[in-house]
Amino acid sequence: MYVAVKGGEKAILNAHELLAEKRRGDLSVPELTVEQIENQLPLAVNRVMTEGSLYDPELAALAIKQASGDLIEAIFLLRAFRTTLTRLGVSLPIDTSQMTLWRRISATFKDLPGGQILGPTYDYTHRLLDFSLISDSGDRENDRVREITSTPLKEAVPRVLDLLNREGLIETAASEDKRNVGDLTLHPLQIPTNRDLRLQNLARGDEGFLLGLAYSTQRGFGYNHPFVGEIRFGEVAVEINPEELGFLIEIGEITVTECQMINQFKGSATQPPCFTRGYGLTFGHCERKAMAMALLDRSLRCHELGETVDSPAQDEEFVLMHNDNVQASGFVEHLKLPHYVDFQAELTLVRNLRSGVQQEKAEEEGK
Amino acid sequence: MRKQLVLQPRIKETGLQLIKGYNFAYLDEGTKRMIRRAILKAVAVPGHQVPFGSREMPLPLGWGTGGIQITASLIGPDDILKVIDQGSDDTTNAVSIRRFFTQTTGVRSTEKTWMATLIQTRHRIPETPLRAGQIIIFQVPIPEPLRFLEPRETETRKMHGLSEYGVMYIKLYEDISIHGHIATAYMYPVMVHNRYVASPSPIPRFDNTKMNRMPALQLFGAGREKRIYAIPPYTTVKSLDFEDHPFEIEKWDHCCALCGSGESYLDEIVTDDQGGRLFVCSDTDYCQERRAVGHKGSLPDAVKMAITRVKRGD
Repeated sequence: MYVAVKGGEKAILNAHELLAEKRRGDLSVPELTVEQIENQLPLAVNRVMTEGSLYDPELAALAIKQASGDLIEAIFLLRAFRTTLTRLGVSLPIDTSQMTLWRRISATFKDLPGGQILGPTYDYTHRLLDFSLISDSGDRENDRVREITSTPLKEAVPRVLDLLNREGLIETAASEDKRNVGDLTLHPLQIPTNRDLRLQNLARGDEGFLLGLAYSTQRGFGYNHPFVGEIRFGEVAVEINPEELGFLIEIGEITVTECQMINQFKGSATQPPCFTRGYGLTFGHCERKAMAMALLDRSLRCHELGETVDSPAQDEEFVLMHNDNVQASGFVEHLKLPHYVDFQAELTLVRNLRSGVQQEKAEEEGK
Repeated sequence: MRKQLVLQPRIKETGLQLIKGYNFAYLDEGTKRMIRRAILKAVAVPGHQVPFGSREMPLPLGWGTGGIQITASLIGPDDILKVIDQGSDDTTNAVSIRRFFTQTTGVRSTEKTWMATLIQTRHRIPETPLRAGQIIIFQVPIPEPLRFLEPRETETRKMHGLSEYGVMYIKLYEDISIHGHIATAYMYPVMVHNRYVASPSPIPRFDNTKMNRMPALQLFGAGREKRIYAIPPYTTVKSLDFEDHPFEIEKWDHCCALCGSGESYLDEIVTDDQGGRLFVCSDTDYCQERRAVGHKGSLPDAVKMAITRVKRGD
């Protein structure tokens, strides 16, 4: 007669077992390996690494497997692991001009030093379901493709915005303060904030949320005249400079996607007209996210550039406080927890309010 | 490591196993120290929200991670932990949080309010009065009492700084002018130590009076919002009201059907689809303790047994 959320320990254990069973699915189908996910679902792995703020393709793949493919759940798993890690040091800023390129495109110049390199992209695929992939026969086709382009471009290619910079047409990106970069994961975000923390926040932000907000700027809610100056995707070296050694050590390479937007700036009382920058950077190949991030980085610079602030995408507190999907999903989904104590309080209140109204009505009718 | 070895016998009783590879109570000692510093500041400035470097926990943000982080930073091998949600020790999230601490610390847990040294709670303050030396840790979803009147942190921070609480009083006044009384049922704002307006977390206003001059230390953790605040023992806590409209708490026309208490907060249980209702204590430990010493409610014993079984999840 009384079925309540008070199910307790046993119910939770049963739920976990059922979940494991659902995750594994039909036992006659071979189990998915973490290696397969890492190799064959790289874009999912990249998103989980980016929003999970941890560069570890194997653990990201494990998280995706454990989360039955729910990427936000996988991001949460990776974040919760990340917080337990000891910080051994801080790397030098990565130098993306020295990137080993898989892909590099610019929408602002037809040709430029280093050329346009399409690389692995879905951009010009026709979105027709390829039924040959249902069977394993797709593999042979892929082997042929692999022979065509399987090596990235080794020599350094200058960044497009650096070329513009020489003419003084675009603002310089150099930060005044290279040492005191904030850390969002150690200290609470305080609004108003600075660009370093804003970029960190956007880098961890939910791709879908950022995408929608970036889109809103294109439809007039904080329009900022964007051009894709350059998108590049490839491998960069990570270097540390241990104080006790006094020289640089390369500890490895990571794959990143960088997007530099060029935006018009009409000038102000103190500054002549020039182009301004919006910046996006992600782990792995997350181009859509990097572009959305760059658009929002630029729109959130409205105060700094003295622009009118009237759109959601320009509102720092609105954008930064609501883009984290681990926070957002946690709070939205907490509504599943029992609330019967507060609901009881509301019930009592609404009954009181109603009885007051009904009493008044009765009195009026009695007159 | 030594700590864990000493504690293993206790965890054995629960049938759970210590999770390997993590520090005692999950958080590393540096993070615990950071949280304890925030707590000390919060205790020094009662009711003031102290920002802290909230970490991602293995439980979802919004599900008690603020309280969990406070508990993790304070808990020691000799503590006895009680975890409740909606007044009950056996609701799923309370069970989940208790399991987390059992598996990461091995410390003892209890359902008895008087026995616990640390009580982590969501939405209730136990009916049994807390004593000096105990710590009650509230899970807080929205620490800012002014949030639904002013969504911007940049604004509310200024309002607290200037003790500018006019909007809150206007809201309460509007309630009175429309309804004849204040229409806030839970998360009813309080004035702490005559300085800061604070949120008591979403407890029913029934529990607000227990906060005033409570002998136990009250700590509030909001993980997602990255804030900690505190009410030190014996601090004056006043629920906001007007001289001619004093603060009032909920009253029921019923007593608890199980233990007969007429002084506890009651859960309403829907018993059929014909409008049948039953009222029982929301604080399950309080209710059991009363029945253990012979208090009786209106229900026949056989029905009582059945309800107790379902409530306990047997």
